[in-house]
Amino acid sequence: MNWGVLLFPGSNCAEDCFHAVDQILGKPVKYLWHKDTELGDVDAIIIPGGFSYGDHLRPGAIAHLSPAMIAVKEFAAAGGLVIGICNGFQILTEARMLPGSLLQNRGLKFLCQDQTLKVDNADTPFTSEYNSGDVVVFPIAHNEGNYYAAKHTIAEMEANGQILFRYCNPEGEVSDQTNPNGSLNNIAGIINRNRNVVGMMPHPERSSDSVLGLSDGKGVFVSMLKHLEAKHG
Amino acid sequence: MLKAIVTVMLKKGIFDPQGRAVQNGLGSIGFNQVKKVRVGKQIEIDLDMTDRATAEASVHDMCDKMLANPVVESYSFEIKEV
Repeated sequence: MNWGVLLFPGSNCAEDCFHAVDQILGKPVKYLWHKDTELGDVDAIIIPGGFSYGDHLRPGAIAHLSPAMIAVKEFAAAGGLVIGICNGFQILTEARMLPGSLLQNRGLKFLCQDQTLKVDNADTPFTSEYNSGDVVVFPIAHNEGNYYAAKHTIAEMEANGQILFRYCNPEGEVSDQTNPNGSLNNIAGIINRNRNVVGMMPHPERSSDSVLGLSDGKGVFVSMLKHLEAKHG
Repeated sequence: MLKAIVTVMLKKGIFDPQGRAVQNGLGSIGFNQVKKVRVGKQIEIDLDMTDRATAEASVHDMCDKMLANPVVESYSFEIKEV
């Protein structure tokens, strides 16, 4: 199982993602550069957080036009697993690989905190290590994490089980009071219709190693690995 | 040469926290007549072009592909001779 971590100028969570695969999963992983036109032999791609191209214009607006993103689109169209975390999520929405968009946090502040999340759908290649309804803690660190999509899009996503994580309190209650950034329906992470592309604002890679104090995020990478192992034998 | 002046705004109905903050700020310094503020972006593009119709088509294309995100933003532009 080969993994790839896609690097843009301004990515700053790539090493944490690399560590999660290399040290936590113990699987081969390589960096991919945004100018690469071919991804090589990879089974899963992580688009890490950061400030690709300085977040100029809009977060992800310039990054999603990089040559590597054309290859990532082809990879995803062929069923490959892609996960975008934080800025990676923003890039995937700009690329229209995921619906909606990430607006500025409603409180106008950069948020950097440990955040409780409710697992909404555990029946996906990215969340199978959890149970639906589990409350987990992942860090968030963003200025534009306020998820927005048109009403009918949200309704479709809800009906299709495309919401993976929602912002909640430690008791698992999901309400406006437990919503840090104004995201519609407290959405923190979503999956596409084909169940192979995920975007999430919280950082599973920063909560994968118990040495760092949090390890709930490990489940995302283990879920992906188990899916790939089951698929490839 | 032509210059395009593109204005990108959040679509109507999408909450603009920056606009709200500016609105509150104006109110706090006494501009009580301010009812609503929306904050957007202006992008100026110098074009090495002379034909206005072709320039308009190009700028539309730029807006659709990169300058605006149609999920949350709308755009308008004017083209001037410079």
